[in-house]
Amino acid sequence: MKNFYDEMLKISGMIGEKLSANIGGDMVLRTLEKDKVEFNDMLCLLSEGALPYMEVLASRAKEITDRHFGKNINLYIPLYLSNECTNSCSYCGFNINTITPRSTLTIAEAEREMKKIAATGMKNILLLTGEAPARAGVGYMENIIKIASLYFTQISLEVYPMDIPDYERLVKAGATGLVIYQETYDEILYAKLHETGPKKNFLYRLDAPERAAQAGFRFIGIGALLGLRGWRKEAALMFSHAKYLSKKYWRSDIALSFPRITPARGCNTEITPVSEAELRQMIFAARICFEHAVINLSTRESAAFRDSMTGFGVTRLSAGSKTNPGGYETHQEASGEQFMVNDTRTVEEVASAIRKKGYYPVFKDWDVSLNRGII
Amino acid sequence: MGDKLTIGGREFTSRFMIGTGKFPSDEIMTQCLFESGAEIITVAIRRVDLKNPDSDILRVLDPKKIFILPNTSGAQNAEEAVRFAMFAEQMGFSNWIKLEVTPDPRYLLPDPEETIKAARILVKNGFTVLPYMNADPVLAKKLEDEGCAVVMPLGAPIGSNKGLTTIDQIKIIIAQSNVPVVIDAGIGRPSDACLAMELGADACMINTAISAAPMPPLTARAFKLAIEAGRQAYLGGHAAKRDTARPSSPVDGISK
Repeated sequence: MKNFYDEMLKISGMIGEKLSANIGGDMVLRTLEKDKVEFNDMLCLLSEGALPYMEVLASRAKEITDRHFGKNINLYIPLYLSNECTNSCSYCGFNINTITPRSTLTIAEAEREMKKIAATGMKNILLLTGEAPARAGVGYMENIIKIASLYFTQISLEVYPMDIPDYERLVKAGATGLVIYQETYDEILYAKLHETGPKKNFLYRLDAPERAAQAGFRFIGIGALLGLRGWRKEAALMFSHAKYLSKKYWRSDIALSFPRITPARGCNTEITPVSEAELRQMIFAARICFEHAVINLSTRESAAFRDSMTGFGVTRLSAGSKTNPGGYETHQEASGEQFMVNDTRTVEEVASAIRKKGYYPVFKDWDVSLNRGII
Repeated sequence: MGDKLTIGGREFTSRFMIGTGKFPSDEIMTQCLFESGAEIITVAIRRVDLKNPDSDILRVLDPKKIFILPNTSGAQNAEEAVRFAMFAEQMGFSNWIKLEVTPDPRYLLPDPEETIKAARILVKNGFTVLPYMNADPVLAKKLEDEGCAVVMPLGAPIGSNKGLTTIDQIKIIIAQSNVPVVIDAGIGRPSDACLAMELGADACMINTAISAAPMPPLTARAFKLAIEAGRQAYLGGHAAKRDTARPSSPVDGISK
């Protein structure tokens, strides 16, 4: 079977028109009645023509979410281990060209952060680094994962793309999830945004979720950074990527994220804004197209928006997040964050908001002891 | 009443097994448990947090009042399922295990080969095994041969609430089985559960149909009544269906 790139090239040219306002309301409503959502239906739900039908989309998304996930919302928390990076992504606070305090947590510092996080009750941790293998490479991550296993029951990673043997080492160490955002599926724009550094290799990044699945990660998260170009095309390609992955790697759980660009210090990328209404449409469409997929919404978004989306497609929220290395304990006052957090509530405040909406905040949904080779 | 459900040498009065997933709160789950009259409740091992008993689902379940049946939800192959089961035993659960081997995280359909493999290992290791399985009559006999305490065929894909879409295979499984048959997944309405019991199923296992209902405790009670009604209908038997009318007050003797 070919890789996603071939499929991406095939569909990229034919989706523009189908995402326009010309899609009629009757077609949107017909799509919502279907049991099985096909490629053209997906485009219809993402089209401008579907915008006036947001309430119908919302209600369908809620119905599907309730059926497959019940009244449960899973929680996770990120731990930024390093903001050292060799890439020059013009939208990112870790960009090599920005003047920002750089650090990589020592193992002892990381453990201090973990203790502080664990005290909040969080069990599912996402460990993040930039791309600086000499400072925070595979060996470093292996050690960090082993320490994290003492405090958390589920460990996911958001790290630079790696080869299968390196991913396998991280799975063996105890990681079960891998998140990797393509940033943009537009190859030309991608080249402009990533002029230097290893990240400029578009294809190596595009195939990273496949390598992760082959290496044994159970949970694979993908996404596009929203705001780099018109979102409809980006979402359509991301959905196609998710569909491709879930058919080819049918044992892997594919999760979707919708990170909107938030301002980062020292970055001046031209942003094509994505409104909250548009983000809602994207998430509702995602839920209707992917009934079983976990949909994340991070603290990039406001408390009010996240509360309003709970159960309407969204099934996993981060909470209490700090986006600079050591932000929980070691360097509480320091800057050097990847992006500004919008929802600054504590873990308990987020959990309480979930309960108020009639949902159950789930802290533990996996046990690291169940991973291969640990017992 | 002498009509008991016997599994692995243990007797239960209720024929209703209930799950713990997807509920909006522990309070609503415990209300449902009360209304259901269930004596067996399943708990996913991966969700149990023994390090934090205060924040854990087990906090609200009294093992003296309800039999807690751990399940291997999340296991994708036999090796993992066996590991989950052994982990559950180490956690302090009994050696009963609801065996779920679902390699596809989307539809959660059970893997027949890996389920048999896991059942064989677990039975050898002294576990009482309750396997979730597709409604395949041959598979049911094979799992029985491996020493499983029950068979648990799905009525429809899990979480689908579609009822007994596998009814023809379920009838064969019931007809052939020497162990209790528990309909495990897909039951959406009390009438589905009632039908399953009327057909001769020994019990029903229900989760989503209750937890996703607008008023879960009321729905739990409705399922309890439906399961009881279905069981009694099965025991009482039913009159044959026919195309012609037959008076309910027979007139056969009048001409004599």
